Amino acid sequence: MSKKLLLEKAHVEGIRGYDVYRREGGYRSVEKALKEMNPAAVVEEVKKSGLRGRGGAGFPCGMKWSFLAKVEGVPAHLVCNADESEPGTFKDRYLMEFLPHLLIEGLIVSSFALNSHDTYIYIRGEYAWIIDILETAIEEAKANGWLGKNILGSGFECNIHVHRGAGAYICGEETALLESLEGKRGNPRIKPPFPAVKGAWDRPTVVNNVETITAVVPIINMGGDEYAKIGVGKSTGTKLISACGNINKPGVYEMDMTITVEEFIYSDEYCGGIPNGKKLKACIPGGSSVPILPANLLLKTAKGEPRLMNYESLSDGGFISGSMMGSGGFIVLDEDQCVVRHTYTLARFYRHESCGQCSPCREGTGWMEKILKNIEDGKGKISDIDLLWDIQRRIEGNTICPLGDAAAWPVAAAIRHFRDEFEWHVLNPEEAKVRNYGLAHYADPIHVAV
Amino acid sequence: MIKFSEEKLAEVNKIVARYPAGKQKSALLPVLHLAQETFGGWLSAETMDYVATLLQIQPVEVYEVATFYSMYNLKPVGKYMFEVCHTGPCMINGSDEIIQYIKSKLNIGAGETTADGLFSLKTVECLGACGYAPMMQLGKNYREHLTKEKVDAIIDECRKNAATNN
Ligand SMILES: Cc1cc2nc3c(=O)[nH]c(=O)nc-3n(C[C@H](O)[C@H](O)[C@H](O)COP(=O)(O)O)c2cc1C
Ligand code: SF4
Ligand code: FES
Repeated sequence: MSKKLLLEKAHVEGIRGYDVYRREGGYRSVEKALKEMNPAAVVEEVKKSGLRGRGGAGFPCGMKWSFLAKVEGVPAHLVCNADESEPGTFKDRYLMEFLPHLLIEGLIVSSFALNSHDTYIYIRGEYAWIIDILETAIEEAKANGWLGKNILGSGFECNIHVHRGAGAYICGEETALLESLEGKRGNPRIKPPFPAVKGAWDRPTVVNNVETITAVVPIINMGGDEYAKIGVGKSTGTKLISACGNINKPGVYEMDMTITVEEFIYSDEYCGGIPNGKKLKACIPGGSSVPILPANLLLKTAKGEPRLMNYESLSDGGFISGSMMGSGGFIVLDEDQCVVRHTYTLARFYRHESCGQCSPCREGTGWMEKILKNIEDGKGKISDIDLLWDIQRRIEGNTICPLGDAAAWPVAAAIRHFRDEFEWHVLNPEEAKVRNYGLAHYADPIHVAV
Repeated sequence: MIKFSEEKLAEVNKIVARYPAGKQKSALLPVLHLAQETFGGWLSAETMDYVATLLQIQPVEVYEVATFYSMYNLKPVGKYMFEVCHTGPCMINGSDEIIQYIKSKLNIGAGETTADGLFSLKTVECLGACGYAPMMQLGKNYREHLTKEKVDAIIDECRKNAATNN
């Protein structure tokens, strides 16, 4: 169902500005939290809501908050992850660009819950114009008494600072992000210690995604129990999906997590189907790091049930026949797309973004890119496909941070589900230059030729 | 010798004040952005050394960071840099054709600058605009849903701006 908690007001004229945002009911959650609740009660509501982190890993937010170490005399920090660099993902940008005050409101309530007096937004450097939008919203919030000292007479002080990154996907990984916040190269840290114990400047720190923080606003307004009633199973509340690729209506959509993948792709309310009457070939449903699925496995689970747009259903079948919700970056490929070429661009991306600290990731991503490029250029051998498989397997699980896995999974899934296409590329190099492999047996079983 | 104006120095101090006392190194990324904007669009060794002095850190701490992040230019670039995304979702929507078109129109390759110093072309990885592909970053903003006609118009616009600003 299309259910809007975050984007409900996104199209109200002037909502980016403070006055309209406030008139439309903005900042009520701050009033409620600071006047009627204490920090522990806010954490409790978030726990009850079942909210899972929207940055990719889906870790329960309330639980993460309760891990934050309380050390006498050492300040704690909330850091908002606005690095958004996972290919296919552009939902946080939408929130910040059109509803900056929603993020500020969520940050104030969350900072109150975590007792963070100095809260940081780490934003990817390329979103330069959005930094201005956020700075304006922060100034407006300050001028209206929502930031600064003694907010609403509660004694609580909160300041929000925007920290601009400088182009590095790895800085979305929370410990690399903290290194970068400290003015260093974005090399992920070895855990433990976890940020909740030793984060920014060795202080206890919580890192949360932009969308996670904005979801705290409706949770406090409606109560955690009410929020938990939306959705299904452990996929509570609403989720933003950024949809792109071969669809009629690319964009950012909010939904509760009960609709089918089929409805999401074909209904006019969401992606509006595939342009030019083409057929669906494959989809990467949760950002470039999650496994690509051929149409038949995407629309139905291994048990033959319709697959739903939620955490459990998208991962049903594990990596054999399922994928992941990931960051909500939904990439659709039609019958004219070449899986080898697409996978090559992703391998290039991960090679470019590897920080280089661990050899399996640094060397492996380089090799995968080279081999895929060779196959794409018509210079591959059949044994290269096995070599690719071998390399990805040796990266997975053997690195400091999950970027290694994120680089391995797309290659593994492409070979697992599209091996025949790789072989065809190798065996027919000349033909592969002028035409695509097409659909073969993995075509969408529901939407056959239009 | 390079030096920030009083106004820019005030901005540096404002940035440093965001971080805990004694942690002024945290200001490095934003201050490098400011330095790059101020001193010709790239970071020379002189610029980096100056930033090190300002933040009271070792020059090598600045070099380490400047070489890690893709947005810092370590050599001079054109006045207008076209940073075109070519990752999967943009590729599906024709980014390779757009890159090819820019190359032939400006007669430069990726990573190169036109002889008049006006334009540079850089291919970049996903900029978070996948639904509005193909796209490029130009200065502070994104140009989205690119077509050959739009590229022509952008090049004309840049040429016009350069002519009136000189
Ligand atoms: C390579 C890599 C890149 C990541 N990029 C992002 C990102 O851009 N934004 C984000 O919120 N989380 C990203 N994450 C996840 C963060 O490490 C972290 O789990 C998240 O910010 C926690 O927030 P949440 O619990 O609210 O989801 C990334 C993780 C990895 C391994
Ligand atoms: S897995 Fe890759 S990105 Fe992560 S720490 Fe190792 S080398 Fe760096
Ligand atoms: S793939 Fe080009 S902006 Fe995301």
